[in-house]
Amino acid sequence: MGGKRKGIEVSLAIAEAVGQANADVIAAYPITPQTHIVEHLSELVANGELDAEFVPVESEHSAMSVCCGSAAVGARTFTSTSSQGLALMSEIFFIASSMRLPMVMALANRSLSGPLSIWNDHTDTMMVRDAGWIHVFVENGQDAYDHIFWAFRVGEDPDVLLPVAVNFDGFILTHMIEPIEYEKDETIKRYLPEFRLKNALHPDKPVSMGCFGMPEIYTEAQMSREDGVTGSYPTIIKAWEEWGELTGRQYHPIETYRADDAEYCIVTMGSYGETAMEVVDTLREEGEKVGVVKIRLWRPFPFDEFRGAVLGKKALIVIDRAISFGGPGGPVASELRSALYKKEGSPVIVNYVAGLAGRDVSRNDFRNIILEGKAKAESGDTEGFILYGLRG
Amino acid sequence: MKKVFTKPKCLKDIPFHYCPGCGHSIIHRLVAEVIDELKISDCVIGIPPAGCAVLAYNYFDIDMCEAPHGRGCAVATGFKRAQPDKIIFTYQGDGDMAAIGTAETLHAANRGERITAVFVNNAVYGMTGGQMAPTTMIEQKTTTSPFGRRSEVEGYPLLITDLIATLKGPAYVARHSLATPAKILATKKSIKKAFEVQIKGLGFSLVEVLSPCPTNWKLSAVDAYKFLESKMEKEFPIGVLKDVTKRK
Repeated sequence: MGGKRKGIEVSLAIAEAVGQANADVIAAYPITPQTHIVEHLSELVANGELDAEFVPVESEHSAMSVCCGSAAVGARTFTSTSSQGLALMSEIFFIASSMRLPMVMALANRSLSGPLSIWNDHTDTMMVRDAGWIHVFVENGQDAYDHIFWAFRVGEDPDVLLPVAVNFDGFILTHMIEPIEYEKDETIKRYLPEFRLKNALHPDKPVSMGCFGMPEIYTEAQMSREDGVTGSYPTIIKAWEEWGELTGRQYHPIETYRADDAEYCIVTMGSYGETAMEVVDTLREEGEKVGVVKIRLWRPFPFDEFRGAVLGKKALIVIDRAISFGGPGGPVASELRSALYKKEGSPVIVNYVAGLAGRDVSRNDFRNIILEGKAKAESGDTEGFILYGLRG
Repeated sequence: MKKVFTKPKCLKDIPFHYCPGCGHSIIHRLVAEVIDELKISDCVIGIPPAGCAVLAYNYFDIDMCEAPHGRGCAVATGFKRAQPDKIIFTYQGDGDMAAIGTAETLHAANRGERITAVFVNNAVYGMTGGQMAPTTMIEQKTTTSPFGRRSEVEGYPLLITDLIATLKGPAYVARHSLATPAKILATKKSIKKAFEVQIKGLGFSLVEVLSPCPTNWKLSAVDAYKFLESKMEKEFPIGVLKDVTKRK
């Protein structure tokens, strides 16, 4: 497998990446729009192309529990879910990072109930923002394929030992057929060493995991987790650099497009980055000094790179895909405001919440958001957030 | 001319969205006929599932409240405890009831909650595209068991209705099939009995209905009904498993 360009549904490419990464255990429960990933994995296992345990458990709660178990004994572990499935997993989701168990989740971002919806936004992933996982957002199918290997590499690194969520937009990416450059299995082998968990459960060398955290130790345990997530940064960067050397595809925690001389930048996460770049090209032709800032790495948050990319700009127009009800705005804008607080040369932030539950945000909408956001920034109208396209 | 066929009053005049040959339309109608016949439409509350019947509230002209996937019997418990004079039913598929909601279902049954569960078993996860369910039969092919279910790896079909029948809380537990018109009529009779048991306050009642899924079984509608009778009924024997009203 690998070594050629292939037109394939992104979900299937993700499954094949998990196959090339030679995962040992996959546990999942079907949920739209993630389903094709685990269906294809079950085919790879059934066909003998992937020597793994595929466990079709009875709920996501059990799926994440199985993943904790398999990771704890040192197996390369993968799962995938969305929305309500993630919500049902959430109890164990927090525990996985606390126990420092590496695993990779392809998180097909979908809105949370209610109202019940199967379509895309980022409300599910924002729910587990503070769970101690590494979170990366991918923009297209190639990103998604590449980041499966990267996620195993980073999470399983002995200096990291954390679960990693690869966030990708439900339907917009999961159900899209895209041209994807497959890497040869030999390349993957060079990039991704065999997983060896130093403190794996084994009767020959007993360890205790998931222990009670009395008040005397709970605080220190949380600090250790904080150090773990923040401290994963150098490994993350190194893993991207090596992937770039091997494949020619280079990734960064913050990526920019025509932003160097831009006065106004639109900030996106996930697949919206591609549309934003298109629209910025058009606006540039019209003389607007605009650019795009894309947040690829969400946790650990790349403060220095973000500040380096935006300090000196007049304004950032931040698109959030979730609402923090009764809070200061969308979760992304809220964090960016915090990251820039009292920094010299900080741009003002205009916050739009758009594309909830799959409502289309077209090129024209991006254009409106950028131009209206620019006008708001110029007039000082930057409080709170605007729910773009709200009817009635 | 004598009118011999009418739409149940508690079904809205809206076409069902279900696939051709699917059993949900029939079961919706049976439940609606029972609600009409028992004259409980002014005091009945239904709980649709996450699954193909998620939009059941579009069809029933009664109070309905969506429950999260698997939580039907727990939500129903809340309704019934707070308003014991209401008639509460859940409408759940096998993914909902026999997989993700096993715990809620068994414990509501074991507590003898005065609620009625209509359990639609088609041996696959229908809405998400035909993956293997706990009810999938040995050697049955699904999108997550492409060579058929293997007992040594994936275990055996879960007969949750039989499990529930072993508990002391339930008052009426039965399994039926939509395979023939006669069996459909028997299903209706049993659903009516389940509601009557609740009305009398006797305990938990559940009717499992074996139902075809031609789309995910990759069969024509006609062949799906044959499969239902020849295969599913063998794995899931039909009949009344528990009925406290028959005790001396």
